[in-house]
Amino acid sequence: MEIWQLVVVTLVKIILIVNIILLTVSYLVYFERKISAWVQNRLGPNRVGPAGIFQPFADVFKLFLKEDIVPKAAIKSIHTLAPILALFVAFSTYAVIPFGPEVTLFGLQIPLVVADVNMGILIVLALTSIGVYALTFSGWSSGSKYSLLGGVRSSAQMISYEISMGFSIAGVLLFAESLRPIEIVNSQSGLMWNAFIQPIGFITFLVSAFAETNRLPFDLPEAEPELVGGYHTEYSSMKFAAFFLAEYANMIISSGLIVTLYLGGWHIPYIEYLGLPEGWVALLQVAAFFIKVGALLFFFIWVRWSIPRFRYDQLMNLGWKVMFPLALINLVWAAVLVMILN
Amino acid sequence: MAEKKRYKDLTFFQKIYIPEIAKGLALTLKTMFQPKFTMEYPEVKFVPPSSYRGRPVLVQDANSEERCVACGLCSRVCPALAIEVQAAETEREKERYPVKFEINMLRCIFCGFCEEVCPEEAIVMSKDYELTFSNREDAIYGKDKLLVPVSELQDRIDFLRKFK
Repeated sequence: MEIWQLVVVTLVKIILIVNIILLTVSYLVYFERKISAWVQNRLGPNRVGPAGIFQPFADVFKLFLKEDIVPKAAIKSIHTLAPILALFVAFSTYAVIPFGPEVTLFGLQIPLVVADVNMGILIVLALTSIGVYALTFSGWSSGSKYSLLGGVRSSAQMISYEISMGFSIAGVLLFAESLRPIEIVNSQSGLMWNAFIQPIGFITFLVSAFAETNRLPFDLPEAEPELVGGYHTEYSSMKFAAFFLAEYANMIISSGLIVTLYLGGWHIPYIEYLGLPEGWVALLQVAAFFIKVGALLFFFIWVRWSIPRFRYDQLMNLGWKVMFPLALINLVWAAVLVMILN
Repeated sequence: MAEKKRYKDLTFFQKIYIPEIAKGLALTLKTMFQPKFTMEYPEVKFVPPSSYRGRPVLVQDANSEERCVACGLCSRVCPALAIEVQAAETEREKERYPVKFEINMLRCIFCGFCEEVCPEEAIVMSKDYELTFSNREDAIYGKDKLLVPVSELQDRIDFLRKFK
């Protein structure tokens, strides 16, 4: 592949991914409202367009028309930087998550991932750690006690859960013998999904993902009843929308990451026995990836409307006394399995 | 210090959360497919039971005359001072009728005292809850808006006869 072809192909992939994320985020908000309504025997938004499908666009339009307020006590530069940082992390992480196998289009070998990096998982971990700064900065620079408490809580919570997250990933890496997302996916062909091989690691990673994305039952940084809105109390208009967008984009990223690490990525078990042409297989596999991500996103919303919020000490106890030892046990279990299988 | 005994101790399976969380998730999943309670208002309208106290109206008898004899008791009892009555004489059987009967719907608190005090069953609370106006003048309902045929108010009158 020549250099200009590489640039064009990568640009097309970036545009595709960013648009998919933006569209998914808007409909994620719509489905969040719809599912919350169904769980409570309500109908949900149904006025804008048929069955309310244009509701997200109406919401964004409303946010555009809002006044952008910066509080007098706020540190203006950091107050503005925080939502930018949140969005940057939310969008850039997706570059290393593969959403399909290598396909041949117009005589070009195209891997369906924006950046095929050989230490992709480390990049994800590093970028999500930067994401903590967005919340901490916004909480600290707002000049409001609610925001500060939300920011402090979020930093403590994310640091605690990143440890069990990292140790759960270590089990996966032992099996794949690589940090490259594509090889991790390929190591799970057939029914060798990591979710079945190391269920403890899957559960600890899932729970940590909930904590990392600040979703209920771990949404203490923005706990409405106690902290008003947490770290984004003092934000309005599109800056608030940026945080909102980042939160939902983070949900998509964690779902993509869970699918890549534990649910076999784009693999459909035993599809090679069906004898389909290669193009169809690739298409089905891309579809399978998005269906798996969609199912996980549904799970995220479903859990939010079923389980009440943890208390702060319970959250920390769970993180340090339960999740961390479990992740360590999983690491030992994975190491023993690798030793037996080799 | 001794372990604090709870009213109901949790079993091992309740302590590891996950089975209990699965139970909760199963419940919400079941709820998702149950029938919805939401009433889609402008299309589907709520019809209140006869005990409902909506907009107060004057009863218009079958011969299209009002029952009101303009005694002024409703105006007297109204805690919000919303009712204004002006009496006059007629040649009809009842001899008195209101020339002017106005209820200020911005003041009315829907307490139903007027209906309770009325000796002629002439003012009753209807089922009408859609009260909108764009200026204060429109909020003062005169006799043209207040008179409602008795056939439309029959179940409220039956309710009053049974429970008043």
